[in-house]
Amino acid sequence: MALHELTIAEARAQLDRGEITSVQLTEALLERISALEPTLHSYLTQTPELALQQAQAADERIKAGNASSLTGIPLGIKDVIVTKDVRTTCGSKVLENWVPPYDATVVSKLNEAGTVTLGKLNMDEFAMGSSNENSAFGGTRNPWDTERVPGGSSGGSAAAVAAGQAFGTLGTDTGGSIRQPAALCGIVGLKPTYGRVSRYGLVAFASSLDQCGPFARTVEDVALLLETIAGHDPKDSTSANLPVPDYRASLTGDIRGLKVGVPSEYFVEGMEPGVEKAVRTAIEQIKDLGAEIVEVSLPHTKYALPVYYIIAPAECSTNLARFDGVRYGVRLEGKGLFDEIESTRGQLFGAEVRRRIMLGTYALSSGYYDAYYRRAQQVRTLIRRDFQEVWSKVDLLAAPTSPTVAFKIGEKTDDPVAMYLSDVCTLPINLAGVPGLVVPCGFSDNLPTGLQLIGKPFDEATLLRVGHAYEQNNTWYKQHPSL
Amino acid sequence: MKYTATIGLEVHAQILTKSKMFSGCNAAYASAPANSCIDEVSIGLPGTLPVVNQEAIRKAALLGLALNCEIPEYCEFSRKSYTYPDLPKAWQITMYDKPICINGELEITLGNGETKRVGITRAHLEEDTGMLQHGDETHSLVDYNRSGVPLLEIVSEPDMTTPEEARLYAIKLRQILVFLGVNSGNLEEGALRVDANVSIRPEGQKELGTKVEIKNMNSFRNLERALVYELERQEKIAREGGTIVQETRGWDDAAGITLSQRSKEHAHDYRYFPEPDLPPLELSREWVAERRAELPELPDAKFARYISEFGLSKQDAALLSGERETADYFETIVATAGASNAKPVANWITGELFRLIKDGEETLAEVAKRVTPANLTSLIEVVAKGEIGSTVAKQVFEEMYRSGEAPTEIINAKGLRQISDSSVLSQAARDAIAANPKVVADYKSGKLPAIKFLVGQVMRATKGQANPQVVEEALKTELDALN
Repeated sequence: MALHELTIAEARAQLDRGEITSVQLTEALLERISALEPTLHSYLTQTPELALQQAQAADERIKAGNASSLTGIPLGIKDVIVTKDVRTTCGSKVLENWVPPYDATVVSKLNEAGTVTLGKLNMDEFAMGSSNENSAFGGTRNPWDTERVPGGSSGGSAAAVAAGQAFGTLGTDTGGSIRQPAALCGIVGLKPTYGRVSRYGLVAFASSLDQCGPFARTVEDVALLLETIAGHDPKDSTSANLPVPDYRASLTGDIRGLKVGVPSEYFVEGMEPGVEKAVRTAIEQIKDLGAEIVEVSLPHTKYALPVYYIIAPAECSTNLARFDGVRYGVRLEGKGLFDEIESTRGQLFGAEVRRRIMLGTYALSSGYYDAYYRRAQQVRTLIRRDFQEVWSKVDLLAAPTSPTVAFKIGEKTDDPVAMYLSDVCTLPINLAGVPGLVVPCGFSDNLPTGLQLIGKPFDEATLLRVGHAYEQNNTWYKQHPSL
Repeated sequence: MKYTATIGLEVHAQILTKSKMFSGCNAAYASAPANSCIDEVSIGLPGTLPVVNQEAIRKAALLGLALNCEIPEYCEFSRKSYTYPDLPKAWQITMYDKPICINGELEITLGNGETKRVGITRAHLEEDTGMLQHGDETHSLVDYNRSGVPLLEIVSEPDMTTPEEARLYAIKLRQILVFLGVNSGNLEEGALRVDANVSIRPEGQKELGTKVEIKNMNSFRNLERALVYELERQEKIAREGGTIVQETRGWDDAAGITLSQRSKEHAHDYRYFPEPDLPPLELSREWVAERRAELPELPDAKFARYISEFGLSKQDAALLSGERETADYFETIVATAGASNAKPVANWITGELFRLIKDGEETLAEVAKRVTPANLTSLIEVVAKGEIGSTVAKQVFEEMYRSGEAPTEIINAKGLRQISDSSVLSQAARDAIAANPKVVADYKSGKLPAIKFLVGQVMRATKGQANPQVVEEALKTELDALN
C-alpha cells in the first residue's frame, strides 16, 4: 500500500514501531501534493520547509518516547484558520498577502501535539460557497471526477484527504462547509457542537454558526483529530467549559439499543434517487447492527434556509467590515480615505461575498431589523426547539448530507439559490448548534454519497460510535479515487 | 418670550483596569509610545475574539449602585457598526438595549444651597476607540493604544435646566467615579469626557425643542461656557423665527463658540445587533449583593456624618469627605484619637497638613507614614494637657511631618515643653514691665488691652514656651502691685 493511503491510526502504529519516520511520510505526501496540484488545486499555500522541520522534530519526539496520538502526522489546514508566519488568505484577494502574527488556538493545539503542517487549503472566499468555485485563486476539483466540484466551502480540505494529499485536515462549517464536501468527496467530516472547539483564530464568517472540525478517511482518525483540537479556550467566550471525552473509547462497534431518528423533512423534494437510496440503505444497515430506527419530524426545517440567509449574512456584514486595506491585506489606490476603502472592498471582494455583505447590511438596517434579523432569530429558536424535543425520543438522527452528488463545475454558478439548496440538509444543524458527522455511504453514478449523523449537544461520542460501526461494516473507506 | 432650557449629559469614563475591556492587553497607555499598548485583539486582527474584563464589570456595577441604579439580571453586548480607521473591527462592542445599570439618580447641591435630583437613565460598558492624528492632506496617523480601553457611558435624564446645574452634576459624578476608584477623573487626558444634549422651548410649553449635541469640552468650566453659548445661540435663532437643526456641534475653546460637525441627515445607521461572540452576562442577585456590600460610604453620607457625629464645620466636612484617600486618613486617625478629638484632628489635617503637602511633592499616602494616627493623637493630647502652646505645636507638627518622629520626642529633644512655673514667669513679667514704662503707663491709665503687648514680650523672652494665660495672670499680679 502506498504511504499516502494509510489512515492516521495505521501511520501512527508504523511510526511508533519505528517502521517509518515522519520525514518519510511527509516527503511522500509532499510528492503526492506536487503531483496532483496541477489537477486538483487543493492547496493555496504549501509549506514544505516548515513541514520537513516539523517532521524532523516529530521523529525526535517519537524516539524520545513522548509522542502524542498525532505526533508526526502530516495535516493540512483550511486557509480561513490563522497560522503564524504562514500566509492566510481566506480564499480572498483582499488578504492575498496577509501573514498573521499569531496562531489560531486549534493550530497551537496541533503544534503542541507535534503534527506536520503541509500547507493551507483552498476554499470558497471567506467560507461562502458550496462548490469552492468562489475561491479567488481558482477552485479545487473533485478527486473522483475532476470535471466536478469538491463541494464547499472546505473543498480543498476534503479533496486533499480524498486524494491522499494529507492524512487529515481542518475545515470550518457554518452551514455545511465540512459535511457537504466530505459527502461529495467520499470521506469522513465532523462539525462539532458549537462551543466544542475554539473559534479563536478562525477568520469569522458568521460568528454564531462557525465551528472548526476535522476531515479524515476514517471515523477513528476524525476522533483522534477532534480529541486534539477540542476543549475550552479562555480566549473564546463561546467555547464550552466541558471536559473532552476519550472519543476513541466510544468506538466499540456496539450500537445495539440506540434509538436513531430519521427526520422525514430531510428527504427533500428534488433529492437524487441514487443519493436517497444510498442513505436509506445505510439506515437499514444501522438497524441491522441493532439500533432502533424511529421516524421523527423536525417541523421547522423548511425555514432553516431563509433563516440562515438572514443571520449568516447579517453577521458576515459586520465581520467582513474590517477588511479595508488600512492595517493589513491589500489596499487599492483611491482619492482619500473612503474612496480607497470603497475601491479596495468593491474590487477585491468576490461577487458572492459582496452579495452577502449587502444582504446582511440590509437585514440589520434601521427599520428592517425587526422584520428580518429579529424575526429570523425567533424562528431560529423554533428550529432549536425542534431538536430539543426530538432528543426526548431518540439518541441521534440519521439523514442525507447533500441532496445531490458532486455537480459539474459551472453548473450552479449563475443561480445562487440553486447553490444555496445544496446545503438544505446541513444548515439546520448549525442553526441548532448541534454536532453533525458525515460518513461515506456508497456511490451514486460512481460519485460518493454521505450519511449525516446528527447528535445531541456535546455528544459527538455517540455519533462517532455509530459512524464507526457503520463504516467498519462496509468497505467504502478503503476505496480511493483513481488519479 | 422666555425660554426654558433642557440639558442632559452623556459622560464617558475610562474604567481603571490593568487590562483592556476585551483582552489581556495592557490598558495603561497614558505615557506609552504610539501603538505600544496593543495586541491582536485590540487592533481587531481577523480571527480574534473578545473576552469580557470582569474587573470592568465589577467597577461598572459599583458605580451603578452608588448612583442608586438597578442592576438587571442580564445585560448584553451589541455590535455598533461604523467605518472609521480609529475603530479597527469596524464595529464597537457596546451595550445597547440591555445595559448593566438603569434608572438611577444623582443629587446635586446648587449655589443657593438647595438640592436637586438628576435622573440617571443608564450606564453601559463599551470599548474606547483608537486616536487619529491628522497629518497633511495625504495622510493621517492612527494610534491604537487607546483602542479597547474599558469605557463606561453614563447617560443622565434631561433633568438639568441651567449650565450651572450641568457643571455641578458633572463635578459630582466625577467625584463619585474617582472616589470609587472607577476613573482617574482626568478630563484633560480624555479619561473623562462630557457631551451635552441641549434644547430650548418657550416657557410653559411641554413638548421639548429640537436637541443639539455638544462635544469636545475638556473641562467643567468649558462645559458651562459651551452651554451658556449654545443656549444663547438657540434662543437667538428662536427669537428670529429660525429653525434649530438637530445636529452635533463641537465646542471651539479658543473662539468660545460651538460649530456644526454633523447633521441628522448624516447620522450613522449603526445596525446594532447582539454581539454573537459574547454570551449575555448573567448578574446573579448574590453577586449584586456582594457588590453592594463592597460599596464604601460615599462623600455625601460622610459629609453629613462628619457634621452630625463629629461636629465639624461644613467647610472642614467638605474638605475631608470629597476624596477617598483623605476621608480614609481622617477616619483612621479619629479611630485612634477618639471621636471627641475629631475636631482638632480635622483642624490639623485641613490646616497644617494640607498646607505642607501643597508646598511639597508628596502624596497623602507617603506623608501618612510619618504623620501616623499615633503621632497626631499624641500631639493633640500634649496640647490638650497644656504642655505646649499652639505656636510650639505647629513647630512640632512640622518637625513630625518632616521626620516622622513622635511629638513627645521632638518636644523633649528640643526642650519645647511649656513653662508654667510662676516664679520663672514672675521674673520675666517684672523684666518686661521694667523695660516698657510707656506701655505700663497706658495700662495704668485704663487702656487694659496694652497688657497684650507685655504678654508678647514675655512670650518672646521665653521663646514661646510660656503658657500665655499664666503669663497674663503673672503680669496682672505684678502690675497691680505697682502703685
